[in-house]
Amino acid sequence: MESRYKPGDKVRILQRNQPGHVRTPIYVRGKTGVIERIVGSFPNPETLAYGHSGLPYKMLYRVNFKQGELWPDYEGAPEDTLEIEIYEHWMAPA
Amino acid sequence: MSEHHHDHEHGHDHGHDHDGKPIQEDALPSLEAQILETSVRELLIEKGIVSAEDIRRAIEAMDSRGESLGAKIVVRAWTDPAFKEKLLTSSDDALREFGINMSPMELCVVENSDDVHNMVVCTLCSCYPRPILGIPPAWYKRRDYRARAVREPRAVLQEFGTVLPDNKQVRVHDSNADLRYLVLPQRPAGTEDWTTSQLEKLVTRDSMIGVSDVRRLDELVG
Repeated sequence: MESRYKPGDKVRILQRNQPGHVRTPIYVRGKTGVIERIVGSFPNPETLAYGHSGLPYKMLYRVNFKQGELWPDYEGAPEDTLEIEIYEHWMAPA
Repeated sequence: MSEHHHDHEHGHDHGHDHDGKPIQEDALPSLEAQILETSVRELLIEKGIVSAEDIRRAIEAMDSRGESLGAKIVVRAWTDPAFKEKLLTSSDDALREFGINMSPMELCVVENSDDVHNMVVCTLCSCYPRPILGIPPAWYKRRDYRARAVREPRAVLQEFGTVLPDNKQVRVHDSNADLRYLVLPQRPAGTEDWTTSQLEKLVTRDSMIGVSDVRRLDELVG
């Protein structure tokens, strides 16, 4: 399975209201981060959770965000980061 | 069934906390999933596919896993650079040496250093590296830890007694999907001559979740 993004690419997480078993928390939606690594392809949890096969598989990445991007009033150090797993269909180039 | 499903906390938010009580009340009424589980289990036993003893033994084996396995892995990484490299880059191969299979999940090991402190949370539920650390602590599943660890990690760390200098980067890992996380804490200075079993006593559950460092050396004296 091909990955659309590579480590170092800037991506924006989609701002989408989607009900169901979604693994993209609201606090990262609409935020911009950097691909940290390609994790690999996994069954799509959005269908897997309801007894389906999870096919087609979705490419999964770890995305690195500066905490200041997520929380404008973040009180820690500017270098502090949050890293999270995001599926390819939840991101766009930034 | 993947670890995902029984890790989730859906529907458990019924206004009181069982943890820490001497006697736990039964949740009433039963959740739909509990009724389903009982029905499937009874059918499997009735049809002779598994026995009640098989199920009991599997639960006992799962419950017996604990942080000592994680401590062995950490100490091996401290004392064997080739193993550490493998653990950080290809954890499946490294874990196989300990007879651990994380499938269908993968383990992501994140290393603390003089400049970086790692901390793990699952904001969506309570995903946890159960094959290595066993059952997660009650606080790991609590809503306040899950919400605050990503929002104000340094304040949360401070409440755990872990005060970090401003020039040390805090990296929070939200374990929200298919990876599980293990923090590789720093080996304390002054332990160069320690034996493996002495070193293992330093490595705590909380240090592998990343809410603290390993035990202080003076905690082990006497």
